[in-house]
Amino acid sequence: MEMVAIGLGSVGIISIISVFIGGVTTVQTAYQLVSDLVPRSVIGGITRDSTILELSPTICSLVLAGKVGSSIASQIGTMRVTEQIDALEIMGVNAPGYLILPKLIAGLLMIPLLVIIAIFLSIVGGYISGTVSGALSGAEYIQGLTTDFIPFTVVVALIKALFFAFIIVTVSAYQGFYTHGGALEVGQSSTRAVVISCISILISDYIIAQLLL
Amino acid sequence: MIEVKDICKSFGENKVLQGISANFKPGITSLIIGSSGSGKTTLLKTMVGLFEPDSGQVLYDGRDFTSMSTHQRIEIRKEIGMLFQGAALFDAMTVEKNISFALDMFTNQTKAEKLDRINFVLDRVNLNGTNKLFPVELSGGMKKRVGIARAIAMNSKYLFCDEPNSGLDPKSAIMIDELIKEITAEYQITTVVVTHDMNSVMGIGDHVLFLHQGKKWWEGSNQEITTTNNKELNDFVFATKLMETLLKK
Repeated sequence: MEMVAIGLGSVGIISIISVFIGGVTTVQTAYQLVSDLVPRSVIGGITRDSTILELSPTICSLVLAGKVGSSIASQIGTMRVTEQIDALEIMGVNAPGYLILPKLIAGLLMIPLLVIIAIFLSIVGGYISGTVSGALSGAEYIQGLTTDFIPFTVVVALIKALFFAFIIVTVSAYQGFYTHGGALEVGQSSTRAVVISCISILISDYIIAQLLL
Repeated sequence: MIEVKDICKSFGENKVLQGISANFKPGITSLIIGSSGSGKTTLLKTMVGLFEPDSGQVLYDGRDFTSMSTHQRIEIRKEIGMLFQGAALFDAMTVEKNISFALDMFTNQTKAEKLDRINFVLDRVNLNGTNKLFPVELSGGMKKRVGIARAIAMNSKYLFCDEPNSGLDPKSAIMIDELIKEITAEYQITTVVVTHDMNSVMGIGDHVLFLHQGKKWWEGSNQEITTTNNKELNDFVFATKLMETLLKK
């Protein structure tokens, strides 16, 4: 159920964002590459590396911090203020384990999967926008994609996705679990979860890039 | 029986409970009453382990709950049922799932056995046929009754109720009170109810504990409550004109 909520529930927005990210990256790269000395196929390579290394994992995770993170924080926060978590504890159930662990496992499995989908769709989006705008031909784009491809960049993207997933779920769950008060405080916890998750994602993005590249 | 011995609890500088001791016997309904801020909900939550006391003991049939590890407490918690002020039903689950939650977690009963138990407790609270409804589809009184059904599903030995009839109309409130009293007597449960509703006190208060400024101010039965000279208790009991008129008659 958690996998459906985090994974399937986010496929739509991730797909739309990814196609446009790829498309815009291709068009803007083509705009900046005005020299005749640079082959047009380079645009495909730049789009590939940009989306794999940075845009897909980071932008998707920032969007998921807003969508999934706020949902987790408000769901757990509402359970806290309506005493549902107290009810679990009275029954002898380990409330953090029962509520947070399934979300963490679902996040760690589904968010990297979403990032893989995002990478694929970004590249497809780049192909479509590049060929439709006439910036480069399909053959040039595919040549750019396949030239000097380093598979390790995909590993870096997946490592980033795993870290970001952990941040999104744990920060949001923590904010929700320690909500005190009523509806107003649930909203504040949700906002705090998104803000802290986004900042943590950006900081860890820099650290991972610095360490792995 | 639940024994509370010299319980103290503070939040920062605020001393909420100051050396409260009391015994709660099985088969009778014990009520903790007092004005807002007197510490009654804190006492209840300390008794069930949601708050840790600064000092003192809570004993469940001689078992010292306060000195137990989290793991040891689970065994006692399986014997505890609690009805929360807002019922605290799990929103994402049907009535049936809410009631079977503890059965699923802690018993090896078959699906049929669990369904039998669910139907039995639902019948006991007069809510037959509501198995597939979600909490959002229930009225306030129905939610409280599902809360009671959930609390007794595991054959609880101890039942705690936090303001069980708050937010209910008088008729529903009386129904909930009567249900609590009947279940307590029928299953010989040790029941502790926190309330500031004088109707409940007069209706089901076999044993009443009055808290004032975090201290046990008075203890007795609902028959004795109207004849006491305790000023703070009288101020509480006769706070409404209706109660004053009725009791003086």
